[in-house]
Amino acid sequence: MNGWIHHLVIAPIVLPMMVCAVLLAFNERRRTLKRVLSLGTAAALVAISVALIWEVDSGRQTLPGTPHVYLLGNWPAPFGIVLVADRLSILMVLLSSVLGFTALFYAIARWDRSGPRFHVLFLLLLAGVNGAFLTGDVFNLFVFFEVLLAASYGLILHGAGEERTKASLQYITINIATSLLFLIGVAMIYAVTGTLNMADLATRVSRVPQEDLMLLEAGAAILGIAFLVKAGIWPLSFWLPRTYAAAAPPVGAVFAIMTKVGVYVILRLSSLLFGANSGEAAGFANNWLIWSGFATMAYGTLGILATRKLTGVAGHYVMVSSGTLLAAIGMGGGSLTAALLFYLASSTLAVGALYLIIEPVERNAGEDDMIAGIAEPVFDDEYTGALAEEENETGVVIPGTIAVLGGGFIFCSLLLAGLPPLSGFIAKFAIIDALFGGEAITPAAWILIALIILSGLATLISMTRAGIDLLWTPSEDSPPSLSVIEVAPIGLLLAACLALMIFAGPAYVYMEGTAAALSDRSVYIEAVRSVSRAGEARP
Amino acid sequence: MEAVLALAIGTLTASGLWLLFRPRTFQVVLGLCLLSYAVNLFIVAAGRLRTDAPPIVGKVAVDPAQYVDPVPQALVLTAIVISFATTALLLVVLLASRGLTGTDHVDGEEDDQ
Repeated sequence: MNGWIHHLVIAPIVLPMMVCAVLLAFNERRRTLKRVLSLGTAAALVAISVALIWEVDSGRQTLPGTPHVYLLGNWPAPFGIVLVADRLSILMVLLSSVLGFTALFYAIARWDRSGPRFHVLFLLLLAGVNGAFLTGDVFNLFVFFEVLLAASYGLILHGAGEERTKASLQYITINIATSLLFLIGVAMIYAVTGTLNMADLATRVSRVPQEDLMLLEAGAAILGIAFLVKAGIWPLSFWLPRTYAAAAPPVGAVFAIMTKVGVYVILRLSSLLFGANSGEAAGFANNWLIWSGFATMAYGTLGILATRKLTGVAGHYVMVSSGTLLAAIGMGGGSLTAALLFYLASSTLAVGALYLIIEPVERNAGEDDMIAGIAEPVFDDEYTGALAEEENETGVVIPGTIAVLGGGFIFCSLLLAGLPPLSGFIAKFAIIDALFGGEAITPAAWILIALIILSGLATLISMTRAGIDLLWTPSEDSPPSLSVIEVAPIGLLLAACLALMIFAGPAYVYMEGTAAALSDRSVYIEAVRSVSRAGEARP
Repeated sequence: MEAVLALAIGTLTASGLWLLFRPRTFQVVLGLCLLSYAVNLFIVAAGRLRTDAPPIVGKVAVDPAQYVDPVPQALVLTAIVISFATTALLLVVLLASRGLTGTDHVDGEEDDQ
């Protein structure tokens, strides 16, 4: 882990931030330049995360799967802030990069023109998300959360319009209040343990005296609520479908990763702080996770059936996916963790593809009321005129619009509902198989299996209904043009899911390695503790 | 001193929460401000209360018991900056919402009463 590869760990954070700063220097008329720069950055992020996965997983210079620890500012751990790239965090970075790249690609077709500084905000969001995945420090996690939230406030308002403003007002208020909960949780944990470094925290949790344990658990619970709001758990999720539906399609697609940030942190902290060998605090709140996960799944399933709009289906599906993941995290166990990671990857990509395909499909059906949200800017800032030169560069128009859209839509439905032969099926099958794997199947496991199957059925019903409505109903107007730029990213996401299915074997081996690393937290702790400062000999 | 601080945090939190649940956007913003003050004080309190003790240790080896924990002070500084920025952003959205919907209700429409 020497030379440039060592510094690669920080690149997913620093690169988009630096490009953000550069992009701010150009005004909105230099559109091509901005597009090239931001899309190039997003592509570079994908390449960087692939390289990091390769590096961590093969472990050419260390044992395979050893986390790469990066000391920020070369301050020694646990006093300074560390970035930790282990299998889990790099997997999440890869997911966010792939989703970010495709959503940005899609946005270039038209959406980046409906408001100022789209690319800057988008890259800032990616930097924040990547930072949240990579950091090994609880307070630094807060900072990156704020970075990604600040960017998301701007993105949710992108395109302006009354509906977006109303939705974003509530979204911002809820998230600021949640951030305050986050701070209270962090302060309480610091008060009890005296550290904020996750690895150091993990070692100290088992030594917390009995009388302080309640305080620590209260702090962790408050912290957990902050993440659960982000993950969209019932009953803290009523903001989610509305906000996501109001967002512009590429924004909705990239927001699919944001709920997963909450899930990721829950997974990370519960394995580090409340794993099997953390003494008195072990297994804290697992039951809460399981039952609130069930409630989220049930609510999301009902929401999928009840909603008429495809954006509503997507929003509620995000909740079902979060609920499944949280319930599975609560149940724990090595094979189940591997299965849930596979499900996480598959469902994130599938929801991203769904958000991207909704708008062309609804445009095809002439339901323009949703995308009419490109309103006049509210404030008279420097952004004027970009709207005037609209619609003169649609790009190459592809033939057979209906066929392409229909095919993509069917793929999306199959993925979301978890039907063979796509990765959604393998993911759900793996979860159910892992649940049956134990010696005795608990009632909770039966409920989870039932909910997984029911939610898949509900998704299928709802998607079929929407498909018949939107794609089969003959319309008088000729089908609108659909540019390659819009189709290619949807195809890319679906191809990623297809690849996940074809290479399910190697992918699953990777997930199993990740799950093993999560259940044995000593690897993570040891990696952070033994890291040497640059310019010093390794002990 | 502990009692005074605890009372201050409690009062700020209670007023902040009450304002947060009010229907007018400006009240919500004020509520969030009060809540963030309460949280900032809480973070300071999490580092144990000390008076007349500096947070910075010099180069010479000294007894750390003579100093106050510097970490919560750094955390509070970060938290203040961030909450300031997000509040400013929320104010802009508030104005936009007022302009677009013609009402300062948080739902963008008045209750039918």
